[in-house]
Amino acid sequence: MAAHNLKHALFCAIVTLIVAYPILGFNLVSSGTDIILEGATTQTVISVLLAAVVVFLFQLFRDNIMALLGKAPALNPLANRQPMEQSKRLKLESTILTLIIIGALFWPFFVSRGSVDLATLVLIYIMLALGLNVVVGLAGLLDLGYVAFYAVGAYTFALLSQYYGVSFWFALPIGALLAALFGLVLGFPVLRLRGDYLAIVTLGFGEIIRILLNNMTSLTGGPNGIGGIPDPTLFGMEFGRRVKEEGNTSFHETFGIAYSSEHKIIFLYLIALVLAVFTALVIRRLMRMPVGRAWEALREDEIAARSLGLSRTSVKLSAFTIGAFFAGFAGTVFASKQGFISPESFVFLESAIVLAIVVLGGMGSQLGVILAAIAVTILPELAREFSEYRMLIFGAAMVLMMVWRPQGLMPMRRIHIELEKQE
Amino acid sequence: MLEVQNLSMRFGGLLAVDQVSLDVQEHEIVSIIGPNGAGKTTVFNCMSGFYKPTSGKILFEGHEVQGKPDFRISRLGMVRTFQHVRLFNRMTVVENLLVAQHRHLNTNLISGLLKTPSYREREQKSLDRASYWLDRVGLLDLANRDAGNLAYGQQRRLEIARCMVTEPKLLMLDEPAAGLNPAETRDLNQLIVSLKEDYNVSVVLIEHDMSLVMDISDRINVINQGRPLASGTPDEIRNNDDVIKAYLGEA
Amino acid sequence: MQDLLYFLQQLINGLTIGSTYALIAIGYTMVYGIIGMINFAHGEIYMIGAYTALIAITGLAALGIAWLPLILIVALVCAMIVSSSMGWAVERVAYRPVRGRHRLIPLISAIGMSIFLQNYVHLAQGSRNIGFPALIEGGFRFGSEDSFQTSISYMQITIFATTLICMSLLSLFISRSRIGRACRAVSQDLGMASLLGIDTNRIISATFVIGAALAAVAGLLLGMYYGSIDPLFGFIAGLKAFTAAVLGGIGSIPGAMLGGLILGVAESMTSGYLSGEYKDVVSFGLLILILLFKPTGLLGKPEVEKI
Repeated sequence: MAAHNLKHALFCAIVTLIVAYPILGFNLVSSGTDIILEGATTQTVISVLLAAVVVFLFQLFRDNIMALLGKAPALNPLANRQPMEQSKRLKLESTILTLIIIGALFWPFFVSRGSVDLATLVLIYIMLALGLNVVVGLAGLLDLGYVAFYAVGAYTFALLSQYYGVSFWFALPIGALLAALFGLVLGFPVLRLRGDYLAIVTLGFGEIIRILLNNMTSLTGGPNGIGGIPDPTLFGMEFGRRVKEEGNTSFHETFGIAYSSEHKIIFLYLIALVLAVFTALVIRRLMRMPVGRAWEALREDEIAARSLGLSRTSVKLSAFTIGAFFAGFAGTVFASKQGFISPESFVFLESAIVLAIVVLGGMGSQLGVILAAIAVTILPELAREFSEYRMLIFGAAMVLMMVWRPQGLMPMRRIHIELEKQE
Repeated sequence: MLEVQNLSMRFGGLLAVDQVSLDVQEHEIVSIIGPNGAGKTTVFNCMSGFYKPTSGKILFEGHEVQGKPDFRISRLGMVRTFQHVRLFNRMTVVENLLVAQHRHLNTNLISGLLKTPSYREREQKSLDRASYWLDRVGLLDLANRDAGNLAYGQQRRLEIARCMVTEPKLLMLDEPAAGLNPAETRDLNQLIVSLKEDYNVSVVLIEHDMSLVMDISDRINVINQGRPLASGTPDEIRNNDDVIKAYLGEA
Repeated sequence: MQDLLYFLQQLINGLTIGSTYALIAIGYTMVYGIIGMINFAHGEIYMIGAYTALIAITGLAALGIAWLPLILIVALVCAMIVSSSMGWAVERVAYRPVRGRHRLIPLISAIGMSIFLQNYVHLAQGSRNIGFPALIEGGFRFGSEDSFQTSISYMQITIFATTLICMSLLSLFISRSRIGRACRAVSQDLGMASLLGIDTNRIISATFVIGAALAAVAGLLLGMYYGSIDPLFGFIAGLKAFTAAVLGGIGSIPGAMLGGLILGVAESMTSGYLSGEYKDVVSFGLLILILLFKPTGLLGKPEVEKI
């Protein structure tokens, strides 16, 4: 046994070296037309060696370490605590949520412009993640082209405003509905595919949409994108220094206050906040409705669901469409926030980030997804030197979550339903 | 109410079901028995719409249903259970029953989002129905457990309750007694008879437990190697030479 | 005549690219055939193979070694060793612990692995594309000097020959060797194979290693052919190769070969006659159409839904 362990540990250590050393230990550097090879810093080399040693020791004492880890939960004081009673928990949760929302309403007036801008981005990601949570977390459909619907929302607003001068408030429902329509049309043929094929096909759709946006230069401006997307207005009041559209007034003149570019930022933030809360509430309600239960049933056992009269296509399609709808919502807000959009913003990476948020937060769990969206967006901003490693860490975290905690950091909790005994 | 005529099902070169016919009248328990691999479950799969039969007809209340999508057949009132229990494991027991009533509740999204009175009323009705059937199969206390955490016998009963909340006319049970202990099998026996007597449901049963089959069946169809071997009342089947031979041959 | 030559040129280019797709597609098809999952990180393993080959080539150049066959063989061996170790490690770390769980879980794990590896190389080697020396130059030309000439470069011939050799070795390996036979048994019925005393874990590892080694070969070849590589180029190539695998019938090795060639030709015809911008649209479109209308592909076996 010991000899076998030693052999295995040695093998694993060697594989670690092979996998890490060539890529990390040598740097390809272009000098003029030639490429030369540079050795990495001593620090890197030492880390690689250290990693191999760690792998060796871990594999050698694997059984002991696993046994120790098995005991660890016993040391956790929270492990055996009774779950809170449902009525109490719900009351607590809604109190906390109300406080958070009230806080979020007033908070932007006290912080810097950059923070508010970042917070708006967080809210956009929350909308996206809540929408994808319906598709992936509840209905169990892995959609890797989710960003396409986000793009549809954003481009709808951009194009409508460019060609027809449509304002944000008109474009918002149109963008969301158009994204939903795309979801419906694209979803209809592909949703009968098995899960992993569906993932690839949606990925393909996402790429096709991006390539089309890039190449239909006359309509979308191609890689140069579309600029000059107007800001939202408040009952016909504009937030710019000067009124751009006839018939509108300007916000600072109406209220007789000094012009500040912060007003616009805060206003956008508040719109995003309201929309994010709306998204969360609607989806929360849907989850408790027959359609929400049907999504989950289909995720759990498609054959059983069909045998009970659930139509696979319409149930999946409803999840897909609703997810796309909220992505369109988020896209419209995004276009308005940026004032400029290009296909660059809608690459696969974005879909991957939103998926990472859903997976980390806990598939199906709204609170988990919201917290994960906040963490995933803010952490790289807080630690700039860390932002370079963001995607590396996301990737690793997705793998680790699937291995150790596939239910996510804050797993979805089932609702307790009180029944009366029937005679 | 159900009539299966000359049903055949071919997978590639293998003729799994060959010219099987059977019929079920209202208020009747009909069993399908036969050695392992005889094609019983395949017959079920054709009847419930999971497979499209190669040839033959299936008439339910006079309408041809062969080749129709499974969810449509189930909406007509023919609902089945599975040989290996198929519950929605990560949903609670009561949610399993609510899902099954989806079509009773299938209203538009808006009334649900706004919680209109008519929506609430329907929701309450389906909760009541769920509660009734949970009580009936002795699972009311476990209503909020995850279905996947129930004991095996409880899962079997939940699966039957889940069919019953859809208010079917015909119930198809695929080896409901498999894996049950004798006491549980006795309960199951009573439950099935009561479904027929008290709720006016016809039952088609695939089962290996002969005492259960002989006890509750009104009629029995025997299938061997995909072909019909015999059919008749339990007494007739008990004394049928072909059947005895087929079963002894297998043993 | 000119039109014919032009067509011929597109055909040759398409078959060249197509045969490298086929090499990568083997990895998808074998893994899918055995454990029924899409190894999303396979494209990255191919990309790592290309990087390793380039590192080896540059290293040898720095040492003053200029004998071409030696350079190629060393680069190939290095790439194959690193990629197969990577393939082995990826299966061990990200897939084995989640095997047999709900279908979504291994898939998400694989996507995470793909993102991780992409950024691993990105951080280590930078995100810019790096020139890959064209070691094999020259070729044959057909047609008159003053109009369109069809050419076959030696590089293209090398790609055809290498692919052919790899495929033949693979078929021999699968049909003759002990591990190859066990592979086939495991892909028929994993549970039964393990009851019969086959070490299924080992066979699954072997599949990943073989697939990764072939991807590394493709990495070296395509790196030289395109003349530059970057950390993202595995992702698209992986998708293409997956399309090839599905097109030919996932799980079928001859299918992967056929699918790769068809896809390569379809792409180069699009570039040649329509626009290079739309070649990705054509291949993804092809993938979607195949999945919708013939999910078993050209040479795949139909799957019966089990209840």
